[in-house]
Amino acid sequence: MILSGDPPRSRALSILLVVIIAALAVAPFVFPGAKAMNVATKICIFAALVASYDLLLGYTGSVSFAHTMFYGIGSYAIAIALYSMGPTWTAVATGLAIGLPLAALLALCIGLFSLRVEAIFFAMITLAVASAFLVLASQLSWLTGGEDGRSFQLPELLRPGTVLIPKDWFGFAINGRTLTYYIIFFACAAMILGLLRVVNSPFGRVLQAVRENRFRAEALGYRTVFHLTYANCLAALVAASAGALNALWLRYAGPDTSLSFSIMLDILLMVVIGGMGTMYGAIIGAAIFILAQNYLQALMSVASNAAADAGLPLLPGLLHPDRWLLWLGLLFIASVYFFPTGIVGRLRSGARQST
Amino acid sequence: MTDIAASDALPKPKRDLLPVLLPVILALAMIPLIGSGSSWVTLTMASLAMGMMIFIMASGLTLVFGLMDVLNFGHGAFIAVGAYIATLVLLPLASWVQADSLLLNLAVLAPAALAAMAVSGALGLLFERVLILPIYGQHLKQILMTTGGLIVAEQALYALWGPQIIPTPLPTSLRGSFIIGDVAISKYRLLAMLVGLAVFLGIQLVLNRTKIGLLIRAGVENREMVEALGYRIRRLFLGVFMTGSGLAGLGGIMWALYREQVHASMGNDLTVLVFIVVIIGGLDSIGGCFIGALLVAMVANYGGFLVPKLALVSNILLMVAILMWRPRGLYAVTSR
Repeated sequence: MILSGDPPRSRALSILLVVIIAALAVAPFVFPGAKAMNVATKICIFAALVASYDLLLGYTGSVSFAHTMFYGIGSYAIAIALYSMGPTWTAVATGLAIGLPLAALLALCIGLFSLRVEAIFFAMITLAVASAFLVLASQLSWLTGGEDGRSFQLPELLRPGTVLIPKDWFGFAINGRTLTYYIIFFACAAMILGLLRVVNSPFGRVLQAVRENRFRAEALGYRTVFHLTYANCLAALVAASAGALNALWLRYAGPDTSLSFSIMLDILLMVVIGGMGTMYGAIIGAAIFILAQNYLQALMSVASNAAADAGLPLLPGLLHPDRWLLWLGLLFIASVYFFPTGIVGRLRSGARQST
Repeated sequence: MTDIAASDALPKPKRDLLPVLLPVILALAMIPLIGSGSSWVTLTMASLAMGMMIFIMASGLTLVFGLMDVLNFGHGAFIAVGAYIATLVLLPLASWVQADSLLLNLAVLAPAALAAMAVSGALGLLFERVLILPIYGQHLKQILMTTGGLIVAEQALYALWGPQIIPTPLPTSLRGSFIIGDVAISKYRLLAMLVGLAVFLGIQLVLNRTKIGLLIRAGVENREMVEALGYRIRRLFLGVFMTGSGLAGLGGIMWALYREQVHASMGNDLTVLVFIVVIIGGLDSIGGCFIGALLVAMVANYGGFLVPKLALVSNILLMVAILMWRPRGLYAVTSR
């Protein structure tokens, strides 16, 4: 019921999912450190963000480069509202009430403009619009704080200083930070389950039909532009919500954390690694990728230093942690080429062969 | 059935002149808004020069998309690589660049441009063989793969040259401007315009007056038919791809000299600009691409002069306006 009749369909995949979700659910108690909490939160938020991107890339087959723009709209809406109205719940509500419709409206405009013609048009136009938005966000500094972004205070209840259950009651403390984490966790879980419901509805079937053969879907009488635009708006809404959650966690919104092109690449990579058109791939991809990002970059810096000490030419530069994107790009090309179905696709086909 | 006698001329395709007139109309409409005649001439010359440079960069993308139905999201990488290769020639010979002699200046610029084109072209060969060959006809994968290629190329530039900005000063004899009356025309802009015009005419000549051009145009119209007639369209593809990336390299060095600096992120930034031009032009038409480049440059220059704040989003507004008018761009050759 809760999975909308689309179970993982592979034992290994189910186990992996259960492990990830269980680890995330108990993260504040088992991994209480600041860095581990950040990683857990980022996995939750990106799982939802990547799932919404999967709705576009995996289910309708259209590549959008504007997904970080919607993510950024959500982030900035919350940040600007809390910054200018002070740390109240009204401000949070105002931010959501402005940010989410704005994202949906923008998605509607882009969709109506570019989805009429072809996937390639959509990709190019989203890229152009997203880069213009990035420039706007960093130039309109009276509104967005420019390159510095906006830091803000959270409402009283969500602050780390607010102790809800002191440590001496049950042996662990629950403070405002833990509460924020659980708000994010459950909101993201709800969004992913909602998206799972969408893709398994008749509407989702039409999207897949459009992906497989747009001409035939149109000939069957579906208004494909309407369906694609609707999917685009839905994805934008979820992305903006994920952005808002991200801003709440970081207490900050800026171009680097919410709009930059490298986040877009991260999202693309997570979808491809996890498996396009599966929804579960979003959770797996986000978990693996963010763990690797946070713990492998340290390894790269060690390797880079070792190579520099050994006096090797070129290698220290190539292995420098700032060149993380280089290896990511290579990994991306390799995974599009060799594993187009991603981890979920692999696990499922393995399960089918064995039965 | 109507009889057509053999002596009758074939029906001529309808000429569609409105897009051609668009830049002219735009330029004329700006005269009263700008007011002063000399600043109008300066701005118009600046737009023409900038437009030609953008055209050189975008033409390769258009050719490749038109003929091969491949949209290369990594096109910007060739631009950046061209600029960086040019610095390899320009920086060691800096004394020649600074020398006040046109001959010495050109003796540096020519090999720099040739090296930029050659290396970009070679990179194009690699790109086509490694990234695009396995996935012809699959748009989704092409977009993903070439985007990956752009990232890898950009990061490799960072790793090899470092993240700092490399200054590329203009050669001495190209500095300054010709002054006619109270109108100043910068020498480098004039050169850029001449090169751009030469490239445009060259492409048009090759496309319209040679057998290779005939095959390319036929391939754009109907690829299978050309193959059925026994031509190896694969070789043609590769040649066009390498030419396109070579032109991007040439555009890269010209842009580097125009801005007088080189940075690894330039490929990424210019990709967006080039895409807007190609969308406006109609994706697969050289003429449309040319007009699109001029329009983008004009809007950027006039807009920057009249309403500086607007310049940030002027390209997007122009694109939206054009697509409202013609949803497939100015000249769409094929109706894909």
